[in-house]
Amino acid sequence: MQSEIMFAGFGGQGILLIGKVLAHAAMEEGFEVAWVPSYGPEMRGGTAYCTVVISDRPIGSPIIKNPLHLVAMNGPSLEKFAPTVKKDGIIFINSSLIAFGANRDDVDELRVPVVNIAKDLGSVKAANIVALSAFVSRSGIVPMETLKNCIKEEFSKKPKLIPLNMEAVAAGEKAAQK
Amino acid sequence: MAKVLMKGNEAIGEAAIRAGCLNYFAYPITPQSEVAEYLVRRMPEVGGVFLQGESEVAVGYMIFGAAGAGERVFTTSSSPGISLMSEAISYIAAAQCPAVFVNIMRGGPGLGGILPSQADYLQATKGIGHGDCRLLVMAPASVQEAVEMVMKAFPLAEKYRNPVMILGDGLIGQMMEPVEFPDHLKTEATNKDAWATNGMDHRNSKTRNLVKSLFLDPVQLNDNNLVLKAKYDRMRAEEVMSESYHTDCDYKGLIVSYGTMSRVCRTAVDMLKAEGIDVGMVRPPDGFSVSRKGRCRGSDEAVVHPCAEHRDEHGPDGRGC
Repeated sequence: MQSEIMFAGFGGQGILLIGKVLAHAAMEEGFEVAWVPSYGPEMRGGTAYCTVVISDRPIGSPIIKNPLHLVAMNGPSLEKFAPTVKKDGIIFINSSLIAFGANRDDVDELRVPVVNIAKDLGSVKAANIVALSAFVSRSGIVPMETLKNCIKEEFSKKPKLIPLNMEAVAAGEKAAQK
Repeated sequence: MAKVLMKGNEAIGEAAIRAGCLNYFAYPITPQSEVAEYLVRRMPEVGGVFLQGESEVAVGYMIFGAAGAGERVFTTSSSPGISLMSEAISYIAAAQCPAVFVNIMRGGPGLGGILPSQADYLQATKGIGHGDCRLLVMAPASVQEAVEMVMKAFPLAEKYRNPVMILGDGLIGQMMEPVEFPDHLKTEATNKDAWATNGMDHRNSKTRNLVKSLFLDPVQLNDNNLVLKAKYDRMRAEEVMSESYHTDCDYKGLIVSYGTMSRVCRTAVDMLKAEGIDVGMVRPPDGFSVSRKGRCRGSDEAVVHPCAEHRDEHGPDGRGC
């Protein structure tokens, strides 16, 4: 059993970080994981993406052309990667910034206004954690409790940010249930 | 020790420290710059030295200097930077000093690109610098293998008094995977009093040591080359490792690959097997020991051992190719 998740958006949206937190959580659950960032010419253009491969056996190619799931944080990412997502995968859409849909009828489309939710919580910077939480909650890829622990560990050097991010997790989980 | 999620470049830096290397000189280049970024912070914490050279050429000779003084030392770079260091690598090989070079390969030739590539294979395995110099080369296929190979590289470099190269690529450097740093791979540096220019004060020997690569007397040069040749032969005989996968069947084809590509090919072998097609794979000591007819001559050809495990010491016999 192998899942591949692509996280994509603008530089500065915390794309690489949420990919890393998911990879960490999956590692804690005993899975093989590989996290691959974009560092090539595309990074120089202001977009950022990373892929996370989670598997119950050694991972072959860590470079993924057709991910099982997509977390799209901006319009260009959705346009570019939505057609590549495997059938029956989840396409998560940051509906605060993306007005259109994935235009696929064979995937589970999850639209969450993560920027608005994060603003309501007090900081737009938590939008990535809202997105990660909503995606994990819908996909069940790792237990929410493990995810929370890994987020706490990620912010262990900035502990005052932990309560905000825990609220972001709760808000994301709730949004995914609608 | 529990596994941690680490970027390959950072894990390589940490592995060198865990292996007991406290000297790192480098010059930044994508996709290996995170090694320097990591060690510029980490080296002072452990009492080590990080120095950025003014160029890769300078770094090569800084490595030579520290190695000649008997210190454990290593550097990291990427393809064009390694080319610039190759002159010094030849000097270091000629002078028989131990040092570790990590090449996080990117596309070439020339400045090429910054994405992963495995195109420096010939450079690394067929001599790298001028003259008859050879490296011991290890090519990891995962971040964990990179860690273990870096940790093994220092005692190997000292065993042979020869440069060792870790041949990774941009993917190994940039990717995060779970890693652990095996304590049993931590080694003490060997006593270098017999040859290193580490000062007369601290050693019992009364003879002066001289580290040099210049042998103007042709007889002396010839003698030195024969010593090197004997050493390279010993490296071939003693250090070759090979790994084969799905070769215990009547395979229709044999894939030869190393480094990152070997893990991709392993998946391809599995997928073909699921479709009823038997294809074997070998991570050979030297991909070019496979002749054009596809017969694998086994592991007698190489200084290179681009694999980490002794799953099958005999390797394939080349049947059915």
